[in-house]
Amino acid sequence: MLKILKYSFFDLMRSRWSYIYFLFYLALGFVLLFLNNDVSKAVITLMNIIVVLTPLIGTVFGIMYYYNSREFTELLLAQPLKRSTIFLGQYTGLSLSLSLSLVLGLGIPFLMYGILESAAIWNFASLLLTGAFLTFIFVALAYNIALSNENKIKGFGYAVLLWLFLAVIYDGLFLISLIVFEEYPLDKFSLAATVFNPIDLSRILILLKLDISALLGYTGASFKKFFGTGLGMFISFSALMLWVILPAWRIVVKARKKDF
Amino acid sequence: MKIVLKYYTFLFWLMISAISFAQEVEVCNSCTFSSLAEAISEVDKGARIYLKKGIYKEYDVLIDKPVQILAEKGAVLDAQGKGYGLIISADSVRISGITIRNIGKSYTKDFAAIYISRSKHFTVENAVLEKVFFGILVEKSHHGQISNNHISSEGIEEAGSGNGVHMWHSSNVVVEKNELHNLRDGIYFEFVKNSKVINNKSHDNIRYGLHFMFSNQNEYHYNTFTHNGAGVAVMFSKFITMTHNSFKENWGAASYGLLLKEIYDARIEYNRIEQNTVGINAEGSTRISYKNNNFISNGWAVKISGACYTNIFERNNFLYNSFDVSYNSNLNDNSFNNNYWSAYTGYDLDKNGIGDVPHRPVKLFSYVVNRTPETIVLLRSLFVDIINFSEKVSPVFTPDNLMDDSPLMKKIK
Repeated sequence: MLKILKYSFFDLMRSRWSYIYFLFYLALGFVLLFLNNDVSKAVITLMNIIVVLTPLIGTVFGIMYYYNSREFTELLLAQPLKRSTIFLGQYTGLSLSLSLSLVLGLGIPFLMYGILESAAIWNFASLLLTGAFLTFIFVALAYNIALSNENKIKGFGYAVLLWLFLAVIYDGLFLISLIVFEEYPLDKFSLAATVFNPIDLSRILILLKLDISALLGYTGASFKKFFGTGLGMFISFSALMLWVILPAWRIVVKARKKDF
Repeated sequence: MKIVLKYYTFLFWLMISAISFAQEVEVCNSCTFSSLAEAISEVDKGARIYLKKGIYKEYDVLIDKPVQILAEKGAVLDAQGKGYGLIISADSVRISGITIRNIGKSYTKDFAAIYISRSKHFTVENAVLEKVFFGILVEKSHHGQISNNHISSEGIEEAGSGNGVHMWHSSNVVVEKNELHNLRDGIYFEFVKNSKVINNKSHDNIRYGLHFMFSNQNEYHYNTFTHNGAGVAVMFSKFITMTHNSFKENWGAASYGLLLKEIYDARIEYNRIEQNTVGINAEGSTRISYKNNNFISNGWAVKISGACYTNIFERNNFLYNSFDVSYNSNLNDNSFNNNYWSAYTGYDLDKNGIGDVPHRPVKLFSYVVNRTPETIVLLRSLFVDIINFSEKVSPVFTPDNLMDDSPLMKKIK
């Protein structure tokens, strides 16, 4: 598996798209800092970008990489190799290289602007961590879609739709349902609903750092417990882990049964 | 010339002798007086009582004549939970350096470490008051000085604990450089006039760090209020000046950096309001000028609840608050000018330091959160940003005249 991981990783490291992705984040980091001149403010702007953009890019890259490297995958399948090794190797290789582009691309400008001396260092670190998590999750989801759809266009469409649903539509439905059922006790529901969307989940993780004072403004006891103690952090992290593990596991299952 | 000189020398000696003739007594376990109460009842007016190191198990010590009690370090008055510590009912009393412990707790009497009643020109300084019910309770007294004291308790619930410095019907008192913690209210003023609260640190109190009720013409400067149950409250008062204070980390559902209720003609300037759930909560407050304040990383920087008229917000910094300004109606009679908003997205083409597009500080989402508080979990999500943006373009729910016409491009230093 390590060999395939290494192969995928270096293949991507040599690819043009990884560089473009890296340079995009690098430019973004510099522009943000240049325009804001303030690390704390840049971190807040960055949050919106990470929460929306890393899933999109993860999905698109994931689906493209699968369809593009299909012939090579078929070649590998002819070798005496386990299917789980091949697909997990490809998956981790791709996710790692994307996360690396993200972390380096944003890390370099912020390091140069002195994030280490700033109070925002932990916010920034958690931002990069959730960004990496989101990449792993959405690449896995994209691989799932690609494995289930032979048709490239269909697969691509489903993947983008998935992103759109989780990034925008889910929150809209969530907000509407909260307003419609406002007369009922909703605190547990609203916390549970965030767990089913990795984007919301990572947003909550970042909010726990950035907006904790606002989050504590609501009276509900379960809110207080969730946000006021380490519990919220723990639950969101474990849920994010599950979001990585479950789709990855489904890749293995799906790949084992698939007829190539 | 010589006669004049002689006259002055005579006067000088007279003064010296007058001072040195002030009676001086010592209180210690092996002195003539082994109890403070005994010493006070024996000495003349104007006497100085030196309290030596040691533990004195006394309570309800009545001071009914002008004396000075100068305690050594380590001189402790232990009230053993039985009642008041010192009861001052005379003018010109000075208490310095004393440590008073274990004041009685009562639900019917206001037991205090130092109880000052109908006194003028009193001074309490360098005292350490521990495990108190009320710390310093002042009533109907005027022209006092309370400084450099450290007042603390172990309050757990509101009803069973007292205030650090509690003043009622008093005037011209200066409360300075005290540290107050784990009490009900750090400092409480009711019907107090012309008094000053300067350079105090009030933290970890169950209710408010500072609490004004019906107290006009007071001022407080350079104080720090942190981690209090509900922050600082100024209620039903007029002409209060609040400058250079810092309000920090008051977190909770009913927590405010500063709570204003029914107050008029106040000045709130140069304060630092940082990481509170609600920075300033204004309710029925009119003609207040908010200038040069820093609102940093609060949940709601300014929450305006209703009946707030002709308030002026000028040259404030609103930095990284989850919500800068929130309104619960779409009427607005307050003006916002020349503030710096970190959330401002406009531009400055003529480079005069003032943004060319007005800034609307009230977001639609803050209305949604007011209505359904659980929606707070959707804060900063893309969908919320989209509805905020559409409201910004064409305001429907937010007051459309509520905007800063001249937002600053650079933070005010």
